[in-house]
Amino acid sequence: MTTGLMSDIYMFVLAILVGYEVITKVPSTLHTPLMSASNAIHGIVIVGAFITASQARTDAGYALAFVAAFFAGMNVVGGYSLTDRMLQMFRKRPVPPAHDGTKELS
Amino acid sequence: MNSVTIAVDLAYLVAAAGFVVALHLMNSPATARKGSRLSWLGMIVAVAAALTSIIHDATITTTGWIVLSVGGAGGAAVGLIMARRVKMTDVPQVVSIFNAVGGGAAALVAAGDFVRLAGGAGISSRVMIATVLDVIVGPVTFSGSLIAAGKLQGWVSSSPVVFRGARLITAALTVVGVGASCYLLAGHDSTAMLILVVCAALAFGVTMTMPIGGADMPVVVALLNSFTGIAVAIAGFVIDNGGLIIGGALVGASGGILTVLMARAMNRSVISVMLGGFGTGDSGPATGPAAVGAGASIRRISAEDAAIQLAYASKVIIVPGYGLAAAQAQHEAAELAALLQEHATVFFAIHPVAGRMPGHMNVLLAEANVPYTDLKEMDAANPEFPTADVALVVGANDVTNPAARRPGNPVSGMPILNVDQAKSVIVIKRSMGHGYAGIDNELYIDPKTGMLFSDAKAGLAEIIASVKALVAS
Repeated sequence: MTTGLMSDIYMFVLAILVGYEVITKVPSTLHTPLMSASNAIHGIVIVGAFITASQARTDAGYALAFVAAFFAGMNVVGGYSLTDRMLQMFRKRPVPPAHDGTKELS
Repeated sequence: MNSVTIAVDLAYLVAAAGFVVALHLMNSPATARKGSRLSWLGMIVAVAAALTSIIHDATITTTGWIVLSVGGAGGAAVGLIMARRVKMTDVPQVVSIFNAVGGGAAALVAAGDFVRLAGGAGISSRVMIATVLDVIVGPVTFSGSLIAAGKLQGWVSSSPVVFRGARLITAALTVVGVGASCYLLAGHDSTAMLILVVCAALAFGVTMTMPIGGADMPVVVALLNSFTGIAVAIAGFVIDNGGLIIGGALVGASGGILTVLMARAMNRSVISVMLGGFGTGDSGPATGPAAVGAGASIRRISAEDAAIQLAYASKVIIVPGYGLAAAQAQHEAAELAALLQEHATVFFAIHPVAGRMPGHMNVLLAEANVPYTDLKEMDAANPEFPTADVALVVGANDVTNPAARRPGNPVSGMPILNVDQAKSVIVIKRSMGHGYAGIDNELYIDPKTGMLFSDAKAGLAEIIASVKALVAS
């Protein structure tokens, strides 16, 4: 993305404000999944790892790209699976078992 | 700008919009999972865009492809295994580790850009500023989060580690880091100096987190989460990528809000948390039941007494605290709630800092199959206490201390659960030991409070057995 410094700063500031608006509405019940979900979102750094790898030419460059890709892969995949695992536990009051025979246990 | 770059840029926009909508959907447990999936879709779009972009540019070497695929797949596998295997009580550690690697990756992306450009045509000052910021914030987050994870896991002492000269070391690291940064900013693209900044920042992350006690971990984990978001956004400035800037900024805001909320709920300022030396961690200054309250009379009750009170109550509020999480008694608490719900209204009142990270207690109870409709936030629960027949406090201390309403003591002004307004109170606690604030809890000497001295898990199990016996007879 070629944008230039000024539009980068615009994006940064506006995204922080949007984030503030959206996140203040998250109930404290969901703060742990929220933190895990936001953790997963900063896994977007994997895009940076892709670009680093695509530009690497030296041994040092490859080494940095490798570790960046490893860290970012761990961050993004781990973050999303953990968030989903937690959120699936938040259920409404279960319906009586007679109507719920097919539901998987987890 | 050709059609491929336009498509790629639009895809990053779609991903960023997906993240915002996903966070919006997290405003209710009913839609949160949908939000998480939408966010995942956004991430897939972003990764596909990045892939398209590097294929289109065709600058990547074969070695580059191998490095990227092996590294990415290896990391993904490790992350997946950790996320699948972690016990819910250990979630804070794993979140910290994912946080650490995110910050580390951001710093590496910036460093990779630096190494590529160093010694060449020169680095523009805007890239240099962003790079220097990133190799400071990223490594601080990396080592700080790992120490925090170690403290949560018990590998590093959860007591505040303070020693003479610690402040001096921190100051020295700051001087070295700032000095080396200034050298780089002056236009010298020296890799050695970059490494020096990274090392100073890594060490700073350690000295920053070591003195912080276990009790303050919810604040620290949230703060480090915010740092990682900022580090990723700065990496976006380095490589000029809007996806990273927006994604990172959202996380920076999220972590920042949680940091302030947690600090407020613990009645502490973020600054005083970071200065450290407070909160002795898991063990707490727990002493025998006779250690304090010698002058005040407390009323001890047995599990049978507690069971009788609960069995005849028509409205019960359970207040779980850190002690419940530490004893892993969430399943017993859920079982007791389900048992009592056969004849009474029962719900959980959850203080924002219950557990080891923001909102942790809710996850533990959700895992024990408590429906989220039975998990009430502090503000929703407080008006309910005056009409409750019994408030059952399990392993919570400072957050129930009525002294918080009066000025002039360590918990003054701290938001508390109004447990003392219930018609009667049962407290399950191992001893009369103090909470993190280090003061007596006036709730315990209230005549309507019965104290059941027991481990949370054992105490709840005894109550469950007694209630069942009562119901059966």
